[in-house]
Amino acid sequence: MHFIRKKSFQLACCLLAFGFLGSCTAPSNVEKAIEDQILHFGLGAEPQHLDPHLATSVAAHNILSALLEGLVGEDPRTLKPVPGVAERWDISEDKKTYTFYLRKNAKWHNGDAVTAPDFVYSFKRILTPSLGAQYASMLHVLKNAKTYHSGKKAWEEANVGVQAIDDLTLELVLENQTPYFLELLNHYSWFPVHPPTIEKFEAFEKMGTPWTKPANFVGNGPFSLWEHRINSVIEVRANRHYWDANLTQLSGIRFYPIETSDTEERAFRTGFLHVTQSVSSDRIEYLQNKHPEWIHFEPYLGTYYYRFNVKVPPFDDLRVRKALSLSVNRKLLVEKVLKGGQLPAYCFTPPDTGGFTAGDGFGYDPVQAKKLLDSYLKDNGLAKLPPIELNYNTSEAHKKVAEALQAMWKTALGIEIQLLNMEWKVFLSTISKGDYSLARAGWIGDYVDANTFLHLWRSNDGNNLTGWSNKEYDLALTQAEQSLNPRERFTHFQKCEDLLASEMPILPLYFYVHVSLRHPSVQGWHPTLLDHHPYKHVYLKGEVAK
Amino acid sequence: MSRQQGASLTQDAWIRLRSNRMALVSIILLGFVIAFSFIGPLFCEYQYDEQNLDEQFLGPSKEHWFGTDSLGRDLFARTSYGGRISLAVGLLATSVSLLIGVTYGMVAGYVGGKTDAFLMRIVDILYSLPFTIFVILLMVLFGRNFLLLFLAIGAVEWLTMARITRAQTLNLKRAEFIESARALGFSHARILFHHILPNLLGPIIVYATLTVPAVMLLEAALSFLGLGVQAPMASWGSLIKEGAEKMDIAPWLILFPGLFFCLSLFCLNFIGDGLRDALDPKSSKD
Amino acid sequence: MKNFFTSRLLQAIPTLFVIATLTFFMTRFAPGGPFDSDKAIPEEIKIKLQSHFGLNLPLFDQYLLYMKNLLAGDLGPSFKYVGWEVSELIQIAFPVSLSLGVSALFIALLIGLPAGMVAALRKNTWWDYLPMGIAMVGICLPSFVLGPILIMVFATELRLLPALGWYSWTDLILPSLTLGLFYAAYVARLTRAGMLETLRQDYVRTARAKGASPGRVLLKHAIRGGLLPVVTYLGPAFAGLVSGSFIIESIFFIPGLGKFFVTAAFNRDYTVVLGTVLFYATLIIILNLLVDFLQAWLDPKAREQR
Repeated sequence: MHFIRKKSFQLACCLLAFGFLGSCTAPSNVEKAIEDQILHFGLGAEPQHLDPHLATSVAAHNILSALLEGLVGEDPRTLKPVPGVAERWDISEDKKTYTFYLRKNAKWHNGDAVTAPDFVYSFKRILTPSLGAQYASMLHVLKNAKTYHSGKKAWEEANVGVQAIDDLTLELVLENQTPYFLELLNHYSWFPVHPPTIEKFEAFEKMGTPWTKPANFVGNGPFSLWEHRINSVIEVRANRHYWDANLTQLSGIRFYPIETSDTEERAFRTGFLHVTQSVSSDRIEYLQNKHPEWIHFEPYLGTYYYRFNVKVPPFDDLRVRKALSLSVNRKLLVEKVLKGGQLPAYCFTPPDTGGFTAGDGFGYDPVQAKKLLDSYLKDNGLAKLPPIELNYNTSEAHKKVAEALQAMWKTALGIEIQLLNMEWKVFLSTISKGDYSLARAGWIGDYVDANTFLHLWRSNDGNNLTGWSNKEYDLALTQAEQSLNPRERFTHFQKCEDLLASEMPILPLYFYVHVSLRHPSVQGWHPTLLDHHPYKHVYLKGEVAK
Repeated sequence: MSRQQGASLTQDAWIRLRSNRMALVSIILLGFVIAFSFIGPLFCEYQYDEQNLDEQFLGPSKEHWFGTDSLGRDLFARTSYGGRISLAVGLLATSVSLLIGVTYGMVAGYVGGKTDAFLMRIVDILYSLPFTIFVILLMVLFGRNFLLLFLAIGAVEWLTMARITRAQTLNLKRAEFIESARALGFSHARILFHHILPNLLGPIIVYATLTVPAVMLLEAALSFLGLGVQAPMASWGSLIKEGAEKMDIAPWLILFPGLFFCLSLFCLNFIGDGLRDALDPKSSKD
Repeated sequence: MKNFFTSRLLQAIPTLFVIATLTFFMTRFAPGGPFDSDKAIPEEIKIKLQSHFGLNLPLFDQYLLYMKNLLAGDLGPSFKYVGWEVSELIQIAFPVSLSLGVSALFIALLIGLPAGMVAALRKNTWWDYLPMGIAMVGICLPSFVLGPILIMVFATELRLLPALGWYSWTDLILPSLTLGLFYAAYVARLTRAGMLETLRQDYVRTARAKGASPGRVLLKHAIRGGLLPVVTYLGPAFAGLVSGSFIIESIFFIPGLGKFFVTAAFNRDYTVVLGTVLFYATLIIILNLLVDFLQAWLDPKAREQR
């Protein structure tokens, strides 16, 4: 039939033309970036808030650190505090009063000067109870901040330890001596907001206003908010009002909230992204062999662990908890399952956190583990343990770890573990209700000091959730918080770790390593414990090899 | 077509089915797949959840016929296990949907009038409900049990079954033999189950055979979202999902489960087609 | 005709009402709320958050409030994307899904219709077996397998097309192809079946007997009959396409409605869930209406019943 042949002929022509067209492809993002100096960054998730006083996620931090700057900045290699909006500061004799001298040329994106009263306004805002800021507790180190935040007193009465001596001088008074105070200031909860903008949108104590949309956002950082397409891209562009604009070489950054590591990797390999947020553990070995110049392993300040519910049998008995912990071959776990160069954890605080390295609290001892379990079984007249439920939130990575541990426990102790994969929200709700036996957990440090880890296990900390409470622990922790002598503090920290090891309310598994793909053309990007990379030091350079 | 010749119609259908080569081949292949899933493990020395962290990502070999996965588990064992799960989910969900849908549709079509309109309105409403939410909710409320996975799927698939059954019932209601049955004083229930239902069997069987693959695909999609079977259980859907992510490193991980999965769907569809051609009295022999 | 439309539209209202109610209570009964987070929130803060969104009211009051706003056309604010209205989000995401759906549909028809027609006309030859065989494979291959394969071939290896995103027109190609091929398979099968059915019909035989040329027979009669099952299928298929294939959007990183919807469910973003459900439902109702209309137009027998 004539017309059929004509149709297939037409189809063939289309395909040919298509192929021709396709072969004249546009250059990739990475190729173009050498010229246009735009960094394409894999964000990993869509940030919930771009309001620094409401934000809670890593994704939000990555964007906020481009849009805003606090009193201090971070050294790109060591993360040590360096001058930010404040060009210098004085610390009083008793170490409780910090006086910051703001630089004259610090400006907001619309040209307004950044002043000390702006900071007072901002701190007041985040501490205002009706705003509902989740990270307001970061500012509780300020004198009387907690009183104001709890709503017991009004601002004027509470006499919170923050005062603008004049337009360029800010005085902060602390509740107690806090040795890691300057490190704290890097956190976005301490970032300033532009008072006229907040007032315009009546956002002082109200969340959900449009002040964070690109048309309205006024920041004081190296970049300003240009475009925000939900689930698609967030673009920021270099702002000339920033006091250090001359140093900033990037002309802009595009953040892509890609949630799956596989999609991110595809994006990276086709030159769409410069940096990914993560790498799927299954592909690490392959990438290491084929493209070692792309893959990076950086120690990350975080611990991956399991929580025991110490109020519920069998975990109300120390022997069972210890048995489970001692029978995990952590070395095998990190080498064969995780493969990212993670470190096995025999304590809770990651090594060299602010100089503190805890000693190993325990080791790998399956024989001892079995003995402990048998002793428990005997005392309780049981032949074997009833099956134990292990909760984890849906993720390939968590699933693999859980499955590996399930097999280890079955082999070493003969116990049956039932894996319960829960969707994130359900998981959170279940854990916070204490409706679990054994559950997966992870904790990323907010600042580089052991306190950010150890405070979790304080008796009344909202993040404890294990039911474990120990007065000695609480005391040691308070002593560490208040002491100024590093060595003394470390002794107290070690005491805390010793208690965690002897009581085992949690099962530390490994310390995070941040694995990511990064294109060789990205310069000025250094591995840091908090995965912070001050963008004003980053630039793109070099030949782009396919 | 007013003479009810049950026996010879079936024979007629069977003859037609037999002459459909694709359908026959499919039946044989499907039988092979089922045998693999249920009997296969007898030949395999590994358990589906047996990990061996020294043997990760091995290709097919004498020790591991289909290779191993990221935790060193034998793929042959896991594929056959996955087959049992996937086929079971397919069968069970379809049965649930059959049960609900056929009953519902028959009642609606037979009773007719306002009841019919009301019942079908409900179906229309349910059609617009978001499947994902519904399944998430179910999985979450009762959900720690994989058996309820197929309940959730079946509970959504019945809608189309109901519509088809109702349409057929409406047609049949007007047939002479039904009227004579009423005249003879048979009860409604008896008419429904002894007279109408047997005549619905044709389209029901066809539709059921075609629903099973749809269900299996749905289960695979749920696995993609993390709502399917729980670890260390596996279904073809979850195996394929895991394999798809590692296609360039370990292609066998997607090849084998994918092959069996697609083959099953393939066969079921051809068998369904064959049954439809065979059982449809209107289709002529050209 | 007018009666047909008005009665259907009137029926739509109680339908939507029931859907809204059902979904509202379903989402609230699922455990976990929008403000559960991994860093523990002090009780007072949680209460603040909940009261901001009206979640501290008794459930039934919340329901009434929601329905009241709904009647005014207000779908409420998102709980997760703070500062964004649900209607805003739908306005952003829907056009994306729409263009994806339309392109996929276009591909499905472009490939499926001719394939099905050829197969019907050249029944039981290789022109029939081959396309139908491929179609069958198309139906049996999940999109999360086909997608990565296509990406691997065309994007990663050949560098012809983008691997992901929704930024320029080339981003459309692979996702619509992945989505469309699946539907093309169905369209091909349905077209073939429909055409065969029609070609057997008496009125076609009559036309032939009267001496009409094969071409004329084809165009005038058979195509209409062939299109009928396709049209019936298209309505719900399009609604499904457009409400977003979450899987495609996830693999190709497309900011469409499907992704929003499933993410909202996981996040217990109640208002977004309700908003998209209602949107989806309205869409289906309209589409079914159009499909019924088209059906009536194409099928001479059905037209009489109207």
